[in-house]
Amino acid sequence: MRTILPLPAREPKAGRPEVADVWRRRIGGALTQLAIWVPLAIAAGHVVVFTVWTTWVSFTASTLMPDYSWVGLRNYWAVTRTANFQIAYVNLLIFGLGFVLLTMALGLLLAILLDQRVRGENVLRTIFLYPLAVSFVVTGTVWSWLLNPGLGIQKLVNDLGWTDFRFDWLVQSDKAIYTLILAGVWQGAGFAMALFLAGLRSVDGELIKAAQIDGAGPWRTYHRVLLPTIWPIFVTVFVILLQSAIKAFDLVRALTGGGPGISTMLPTLVVYDFMFQRSELGRGSAAAVLMLLSLVVVLLPYGLYVRWQRQRQARA
Amino acid sequence: MKWSRLIIHAALIALALLFLVPLGVVVVNSLRSSQEIAATSMIGWPGHLTFANYGQAWNHFCMAEHCWGIEPYMLNSFTLAVPATILSTLLGALAGYSIALWRFRGDQMIFALVTLGIFLPEQMKLIPWVVVLRDLSLMNTIAGLVLIHTVQGMSFTTLFCRNYYVGIPQDLMKAARIDGAGFFRIFWRIVLPLSPPILIVTVIFQFTGIWNEFLFGVTFTSGGQQPVTAALIALSAAITSEPMYGEQSAAVLIAALPTLLVYLFGGRYFLSGLTAGAVK
Repeated sequence: MRTILPLPAREPKAGRPEVADVWRRRIGGALTQLAIWVPLAIAAGHVVVFTVWTTWVSFTASTLMPDYSWVGLRNYWAVTRTANFQIAYVNLLIFGLGFVLLTMALGLLLAILLDQRVRGENVLRTIFLYPLAVSFVVTGTVWSWLLNPGLGIQKLVNDLGWTDFRFDWLVQSDKAIYTLILAGVWQGAGFAMALFLAGLRSVDGELIKAAQIDGAGPWRTYHRVLLPTIWPIFVTVFVILLQSAIKAFDLVRALTGGGPGISTMLPTLVVYDFMFQRSELGRGSAAAVLMLLSLVVVLLPYGLYVRWQRQRQARA
Repeated sequence: MKWSRLIIHAALIALALLFLVPLGVVVVNSLRSSQEIAATSMIGWPGHLTFANYGQAWNHFCMAEHCWGIEPYMLNSFTLAVPATILSTLLGALAGYSIALWRFRGDQMIFALVTLGIFLPEQMKLIPWVVVLRDLSLMNTIAGLVLIHTVQGMSFTTLFCRNYYVGIPQDLMKAARIDGAGFFRIFWRIVLPLSPPILIVTVIFQFTGIWNEFLFGVTFTSGGQQPVTAALIALSAAITSEPMYGEQSAAVLIAALPTLLVYLFGGRYFLSGLTAGAVK
């Protein structure tokens, strides 16, 4: 702890022995130490302890209950050979890329449109962002109704007279993954919009003026000046969305439940399935650690990039 | 020039309407009878308005073999979200204050670990929580979920508060210490009075996150102990025999209402929490 400036010596008050003062200060000091260290120990400690704990369980023969006999990498081999796992990671690739790229595209479009000094900007922003305030369980349930061919959009269009119209991705095993992308983009685009818009608004006005004096039209101004200036925000949005795609659970549970069959399995569902449906804690932990590793693959380069950027800024 | 402005506005309005479709559909369906919905489709104008769905959804509706509506689950969610929000915010403020203003050996290291907690997937914490809750006899209780969300919420609350408190000038701290103020008095007299902006952001972020959380609710509670998000899944799974889309729509809307209201009235704070939690 930083050396604390010496407190000005207080005159011991008459009638109060100095010993009590010493004790009071000692108790005060102990309380201070507790107030500093207990919250920090909880906040930082649980991250370390839980990570080590689950990693350890992943190397053991735990089934229904933790059982700490070492089995090496056996759980990892078993998990990676299951169809669930392999489908989940192919799906993660499709869902991750589709969700991230489309969310960014729509978010950027919304941000640029809103950046044109439009009327009612606040109302529009509120509308584009509201899905984020609602739980994925709710939005997933609602989308499952809308996308249900016998109940939602397809039924409506069929009833209106176009009887051949088909929009039944939700029940097609090769298409259901796209319904997750659809609902995910709807929920996440407002967030991307907010970050892009904040970035566009923070660009130096002189820069835009200079471009306009050079005769650049609006398209050229964005393409050549504004977007290149805010490219660090693209990286940030990309990483945040990608890590949320890896962690996606509630939405899948509510919208497709991993089905039809296991066609929309995702890594989080694999972990849940092993841990609580098959009661294989060791294998579930191995699946969780593999999930963590895929997050590290995304976040570690980003962390290094942020550090590099900060150093560059510090030098500039 | 006029035309391009028109196109921009038209595009924005069209997109906004598209974004509103799911909410609009639920609101309209909550006012239609289930028979009518089943006979036509989820998307349609009510033939005649009915408010009966709300009463049914609130305390008569059957899901997961109990016919008490979503009232008990809503109460569970409140008894979970309110204490967990307050506790995690207070502890986070204290931890953020220690890290930001009382530099000590290893503070950067500890801060880095706290921040890592934000990225650590929930799946890595499930088994430790199973053991901790079992040992504390908190399995299948709201108190257990309060504990989980208080501890895990501290990753965010500490980060928010630390980043805010770093802006408090060290001179203010020095002056206070020369006046003989200690850790608690500085926190109480100087730091807390400066905190309302960040505490509002933190409280809104925590309340929304905890209310909407699903995985821990569904894993560690069952039956009448479940928060509303976990109960809603049972609702969408249970309905196979008889279509109850009207009641379900009302239930979904009621469950979403608290966070929607928080968002509508605290939108600015909601957004700054979102960006602060995401960017750092």
